Parts: sequence; structure tokens; C-alpha cells
Amino acid sequence: MSAETLDFTATEIMTVAASRLLKDGTVCFVGIGLPSTAANLARLTHAPEVVLIYESGPIGAKPTVLPLSIGDGDLALTADTVVSTPEIFRYWLQGGRIDVGFLGAAQVDRFANINTTIIGPYDAPKVRLPGAGGAPEIASQAKEVFIVLKQSPKAFVAKLPFVTSAGYLDGGDARAKAGIPGAGPTAVITDLGILTPDPVTKELTLTSIHPGVTVEQVKAATGWDLKISPDLKTTEIPDAGALAALRDLQARTAAAHGQAGGGEG
Amino acid sequence: MAKITPLREAVASLVHDGDTVALEGFTHLIPHAAGHEIIRQGRRGLTLVRMTPDLIYDQMIGMGCATKLIFSWGGNPGVGSLHRFRDAVEQGWPHRLETEEHSHAGMANAYVAGASNLPFALLRGYTGSDLPKVNPNIRFVECPFTAEKLAAIPSVRPDVTVIHAQKADRRGNVLLWGILGVQKEAVLAAKRSIVTVEEIVDDLEAPPNACVLPSWALSAVCPVPGGAYPSYAQGYSERDNRFYKAWDPIARSRDDFRAWMQRHVLDTDDFAGFRRVLAESMKEAV
Repeated sequence: MSAETLDFTATEIMTVAASRLLKDGTVCFVGIGLPSTAANLARLTHAPEVVLIYESGPIGAKPTVLPLSIGDGDLALTADTVVSTPEIFRYWLQGGRIDVGFLGAAQVDRFANINTTIIGPYDAPKVRLPGAGGAPEIASQAKEVFIVLKQSPKAFVAKLPFVTSAGYLDGGDARAKAGIPGAGPTAVITDLGILTPDPVTKELTLTSIHPGVTVEQVKAATGWDLKISPDLKTTEIPDAGALAALRDLQARTAAAHGQAGGGEG
Repeated sequence: MAKITPLREAVASLVHDGDTVALEGFTHLIPHAAGHEIIRQGRRGLTLVRMTPDLIYDQMIGMGCATKLIFSWGGNPGVGSLHRFRDAVEQGWPHRLETEEHSHAGMANAYVAGASNLPFALLRGYTGSDLPKVNPNIRFVECPFTAEKLAAIPSVRPDVTVIHAQKADRRGNVLLWGILGVQKEAVLAAKRSIVTVEEIVDDLEAPPNACVLPSWALSAVCPVPGGAYPSYAQGYSERDNRFYKAWDPIARSRDDFRAWMQRHVLDTDDFAGFRRVLAESMKEAV
């Protein structure tokens, strides 16, 4: 089958594009849901030596199906070792051993700050979201961060009601000045394209657009006046091997759990 | 020495109205049976502590057991929101629920500090987050050696910690394995502790360095096979993902929730009774 004839969904190209960013041998602290799908796809395709760490304690997890929760038994049984949750956060994350933090988000702003706490005022919330989980320290202490989420005006907002986890704060050198050790989010992968921070201002800029998507579509799905890179690239379409591996993984997961996806807890 | 006792007696003697109570478990080994028993016995005014409040805290909050929740992530793993928790926070039903919100790293460190008999936990965390703006218990101190700014939060020191484990021996020494979460720290941080176990055996057959909680560090050990249901106990049971999904529509409506709790928890004598009635109602649903 030639690449041009491949059919794929927006979620599939998002997942494959996110997985491609994960290099072989990387030590990756994995959030549940989309990040876990992308990270495991990387492990099953181009990055067999990637080390997946989950906040529940498994280090070097090699799950056979996607975990539904962040503490599924399969993660423990397939890991190189399982440590306590305090040890994960103290020795492995705070200890500076994580190359990539792979996170999802409910909302992001133009400087890649993340909200997973609340919509509306904190004391009188319109929507109570699950909360921080491990994200604030993953976002600040991993050497770099990838964020994966679907793009819409509700998710990509000019001003977050609550900053749960720091991206580049107010932009420029604000993050470094605040004393945050990691470099911060280097890519936000969505179902429409890939946004990366401007080297100076740190404002998220559309640098890659998925095939078949228009710039107008991406702008319409963004709650601020999105900057478009003058060198805008078209995202490479998923290759047949990666697509087959992703679909196989999701079919195995559905057979095992009766559903795909996942959440913390 | 831990007393090996029925769960009903352990809850009656060790969990009091107004206590700070931690029922810990990180997806694995969640002490559902003990949570139900606390609901059955009508405890009120509890400060509930847990890194990852899920269905059992949704039930306890919805039944009015808690006035405060200290937590870092609250949801139905793999499914979505906790509707009773959200209703309490968003609408104040059945009454207002005060929340004290942290990150996982903060909570994990706070348990370690509690177990270490320290007044506060120290970590590199929360920088750039709005959490310190809404939680006055997140503060910053200067390292006396390097002047680095570090986060400080009060230790978690529960009156009672409740966990579920795989097995205990006849003296009440407890062995747990698999995903351990913060259970060891939560038990050692608490004044009193209850451990429900899958079974009581003659010999734990624990290798050196296994996670064994010695009997003399625990208050009560209660045999409750399957007591983590619908979560799992590695080596004994699988997580029942169907129940996590089934919980979502039950918890959406106050009336459905109340009726479900009445039939499955308040009108049953114990966890075995709950499991029997649940099997019947799940059959009816099919």
C-alpha cells in the first residue's frame, strides 16, 4: 500500500506525530490517556528502548495493552521494577532522571501553561476538573515536556482560569527567572498540527500542519491570534507500520478492557 | 500488636466522627469494603485525605461523611468525573465540602514527612502553579545552605489510615506487593491504622525487602476477601472496569445515587452482602 492511499483519522495522526517525537532510549514520565497511547506506540515501533515511567510506581513498564488507569496491574507486571509513589517523585523525577514529561491537558494558553483544575472562579467553580495529579512537578522538572491534546477554542484559551502546571508563564525568560529547572514544553501536538514555542517570546507557534487541514481551521480552533511559522511544514503522514501498530494496540486494549483510553487514580 | 478482628468492630472502635481519615490506594488495593463500613456506621465530619480520590470517596462524600477533602487528583480513572464530588464542590450537596488541593509530589512528600515525624515536607515543587494562591498550606522557604526557594507543606498526620493488602499472618504482620502507592507511608504517618486483607495465612513467605508492615505498627487487621473490589488485588483479583463505567450514570443523579447506596450499602450487613446484591442488580441491568 502506498503512503498516499492511507486513510487515517485526526486522532491517529495526532498520536503517531506525538509518538515520533519520542526518541529511542529516552526516559519518559508518562501521563495516562493520549500520552500513554503515544508513548507505548513509540515503544512498539521506532523506540523499543524507551523507558516508560508511570507515577503509580512502575519503571520501565512494557504493557501489552493500554492501561485504563495509571495503576493497572499490567504496568507493574511488565516493569523493570515497581517503586513507591514517594520514591517516583523524590528520587526519579526530582532527582533529575526524566528526559521527557509527556502530558495531557484540559486547557493550554499561548505560553503552554496547563489547566487541569477548574473552569470558572476557584471558589465558585463552573466545572471542577480532576486536579493537578503529578503534572506540576513533571512540567517543571522533566528536561523537556510534550503536551498532547485536541485543539478547540475551549481548550486553547487566551487566558487560563487557573494555571495548574507551568509552561512558560508570561513568556520570554519568565520560566527561567522563576527558577524552574526543566526547559519546558517543546511541542504541543494536536489533531490539527504541531505547535512549538518561539525561541525568544516562547509563544506557541504553528510550525507543522497535518495534511488536509487548513491554517484557517487551526486559527478557528485557537482562542488567541495564533502565530503561524513562516516555515510552516506539513506533518508527515503516518506510515503504514505505525498505523497498523496503533490499531493493533487499540484492538488488543478494547478486547482486554472493553474500552480504550485511561485516567489517573 | 494488631488485633485480628472483624471490619465492623475495627471501624466502630478506631474511626470516630470528626477524625482525619486516609483510605489510600493508587488504583490498586483500594479499601472499598472499609469505606462502605464507615458509611454504614454513619460517620460524620471526617476530613478525608487521599492522593487519588475515586469511587469510594465519591460515595463517602455523597453520603455526607466528609466536611473536608485533602487531595491531588479526583476522578473516575478511565471514565471521567466524580459526580458526587463535583456536586459537593459545585453545588454544596449534600453539604459544602472544603477542599485542600495539592500536587501528587506534594501529597507524597507530606505522607513521608508524617511517617518521619516531621512537621512539614520539603520539595522542589509548585513553582509557577496557581495552587499556592488557593492553598495557604503551600508555602516557600529558603534553603539555609544554597538560598534556593523550596516548597513546604504541612505533614499529613491522619488519625486513622485504612489500606487493603494481600495477606497477613496469624500474628497480624501484613504483606503487600505490586503497585504500593503511598500506603506504607500513610500507615506510618497515622495514629491508628486498619488493614483489610485478602487472606490470613500461616506464613507470609515474604522475601527480605518485601513491603511488610509489622503487626506491632498496626491497630487492626481484618480479613475481607475481595475487599478492594471494584479495584484489584494483584495475584487475587482483576479490576472490574465494568463497575467503574456503571458508576458514572448512577452517580450523576442525586436520587439514583441515594437509592443505589440504600440498596447496596446501607441495607446490606457487610461487603459479602454488598457483593451479593450487586451481582443481582448487575444481572437486572443486563
